[in-house]
Amino acid sequence: MLYSSIGYYALVLGLGISLILVYFSIKNFQNSSTLNTKILSFTFLQFFLVVISFVCLIISFVLSDFSNETVFNNSHTTKPLFYKIAGTWGNHEGSLLLWLLVLTLFILIFFLKTKNQPLKYKLLTLIFQQIIIIGFFLFLIQTSNPFNFIFPTPEEGMGLNPILQDPALAIHPPILYLGYVGSSIIFSSALAATYLNLVSKVWASHIKKWIIASWVFLTLGILLGSIWAYYELGWGGFWFWDPVENVSLMPWLALTTLLHCIIVLEKKQVLTSWVIILSISTFTLSMCGTFLVRSGILNSVHTFANDPERGLFILVFLFSLIFISLFIFFFFHKSSPNNSNSFFWLSKEISIIINNWFMMYFLSVVLIGTIYPIFLEVLSSQKISVGPPFYHKLIIPFLIPFLMAMAIGPKLKWIKSNIVDKSYLALFFAISIVLSFLIVKKFSTNLLINTILVSSALYLFFMTLRDFFIRKYSNISQNIAHFGFSLLILSILLNNLFSSEIITNLKVGETFTSSKTKIVFKSINQKQEKNYKSIIANFSIENINEKIEDLSPELRIYNQPNIVTSEADIKTTLLLDKFIVINIVQNQDYFNVRYQVKPFMLWIWISVILISFGGLLSFFKREHEK
Amino acid sequence: MKNKLLPIFIASIFIIVFILFYKGLQNTNIYTPETKTSNKIPSFKGDLFYSDETINSLNFFNSDKFYLLNVWSSWCVPCRKEHTFLMNFKESKKIEVVGINYKDKKINAANFLIELGNPYKKIIFDQDGIIAIEWGAYGVPETFLIKDRVIIKRYIGPLDEKTAKEIKSIIK
Repeated sequence: MLYSSIGYYALVLGLGISLILVYFSIKNFQNSSTLNTKILSFTFLQFFLVVISFVCLIISFVLSDFSNETVFNNSHTTKPLFYKIAGTWGNHEGSLLLWLLVLTLFILIFFLKTKNQPLKYKLLTLIFQQIIIIGFFLFLIQTSNPFNFIFPTPEEGMGLNPILQDPALAIHPPILYLGYVGSSIIFSSALAATYLNLVSKVWASHIKKWIIASWVFLTLGILLGSIWAYYELGWGGFWFWDPVENVSLMPWLALTTLLHCIIVLEKKQVLTSWVIILSISTFTLSMCGTFLVRSGILNSVHTFANDPERGLFILVFLFSLIFISLFIFFFFHKSSPNNSNSFFWLSKEISIIINNWFMMYFLSVVLIGTIYPIFLEVLSSQKISVGPPFYHKLIIPFLIPFLMAMAIGPKLKWIKSNIVDKSYLALFFAISIVLSFLIVKKFSTNLLINTILVSSALYLFFMTLRDFFIRKYSNISQNIAHFGFSLLILSILLNNLFSSEIITNLKVGETFTSSKTKIVFKSINQKQEKNYKSIIANFSIENINEKIEDLSPELRIYNQPNIVTSEADIKTTLLLDKFIVINIVQNQDYFNVRYQVKPFMLWIWISVILISFGGLLSFFKREHEK
Repeated sequence: MKNKLLPIFIASIFIIVFILFYKGLQNTNIYTPETKTSNKIPSFKGDLFYSDETINSLNFFNSDKFYLLNVWSSWCVPCRKEHTFLMNFKESKKIEVVGINYKDKKINAANFLIELGNPYKKIIFDQDGIIAIEWGAYGVPETFLIKDRVIIKRYIGPLDEKTAKEIKSIIK
């Protein structure tokens, strides 16, 4: 009770401080050339208040204070302490509070770290950021207050959805939010810079750090979500083109493009329009994602509560931001005279522009696949569902030139480059084609397209690998990230080509035999845990070469709320994953067993970690080493 | 001229997108589990709320009227909202509202009914929640429409104007 009140009033005070901050900033912006010291203290105070509010919510969760509606709906006394704390942001209200916490933290860091930029720029960024913060405060207090009372106080809570009780998922939202919210700083700062006509090399090198940091967090956040989906949802895959996954992929694509553009801007003072538009769209796409999953307009794991009122609020807020940014872009942006038309055809600039257009294409495919069903339903009340085949057909063919451009692009020089002494490019390409032909020929039916695909991925792989040895002095972070990307595409392709699956129904004691594999259902154990009952099935799998492996998938029957989840058992080795999952079949004494062999799964995770590591390196790289 | 048309063009695209999203919000598609219908009621045994009398599935639904079986609890927030709809059925001669009081404290439940009125002809006191499980209830509130010991309709979550209208049209 007490903590809920403290938390709530801290939020209201925080909103008040936003208004004060906007007032002071505008006054300071007009009158003075020195920073009003009050602004910094108020920014700190605001952050502090949101921290108090957040801590209060955590305490309510830890103490299982069911007079708080959020705690009541999402917690239970028997839940382990770790998930009581993680449950704080495992729901709509709490996750918005987390979002607000990161927003106020980031603007504080921005103020402390930005020293050499003009005062007006800093103040304007603060004003834009405060507009976003005010929007979130209002949203939280008006429609999703995490501190609502219930009376009479219930005896027991409703419990956290068991599929969310998982370590990867406990840290997935905070990491992802660091990425999303980082893009809000980029958004505000790009608008401020456009308004003041400051989009320049200096600004680029200052905002680059923010872009890289957000990008690293976003990449890791998506990775964590994907790992979770792999072993918890039991579908045996890592990416399903689910709308929720798509809405995190779209900002990532925009941000990746932005990352490349900002490098060009930093060096050459070109592509300013690209940079501004991408900065705006990265954040609006993040917001759009919030709108899509929180309004209930789409169905997903993240649809915590369907409330059209919430949807309407975010929608209006989102479009106000879009119109403000469009207004600023069209009326204040002055494009520099030497723009993209004047590039030499064979130069780094052109290769980055090519990269941009490919990324924009991928982005629009994902965007259309995600929102077209909604529009169609509105216009013709037809329901369609866009699945993996749509994305695969539209994206995969374009991956080929994209990968090729990615292999050659970094080799080119700024401004102008020539083809002399580039024979190794062709040599490597020949090697890749031969190699992939040999790999694909053995296993696949669709020879031509698969060979081309694998060889373009291999080509990038070899080219980046070569660079580790040859270009000693040069851009190591970029190289690691590109190498990681080639590894990612390669692993995904090989994973798709060589996966195999057995689905069967088995009773205890029965054996399933196929030409390559023997699955023995040995026994079943039961165990009572704190908040669930678990049924563990023991299987042994025998390969052709008589290697026996024991796997024990599990069914968990949670008591609060009453939900059954299946925990896959996965044996991960360097080259392949063995994945087994069981499901209950109603009113039958046998279980549905699904056994999959998935090659290179580990490498998909490793390569994404490599990609983010590349970003991390460039974040810590000192200025003079560039 | 070209430069002035572009912003207007882009702005109007965004306005159209806004309108489409806005319309899309109105028909949100909330997922509801596949509802079992035309099923025989389960057999159960329980105590009545006010009298401590033990009843079973045979003598509970003994008339040929429609029955509306509502699973509720005093600690359940949405139950408060749907309570008015249940009260509307109280006077109807064609239907009898009965309740399962799910995992509750008697004193809280009694206070709840004093505060909001009692629409139920009979209430089964289901302290450990076993009877609700036998009915296969997903949670509170949940409502079953029963005729001749067969479940003809099932509503997961609170009743609202739309579902109340549907029930009225079925029992006509």
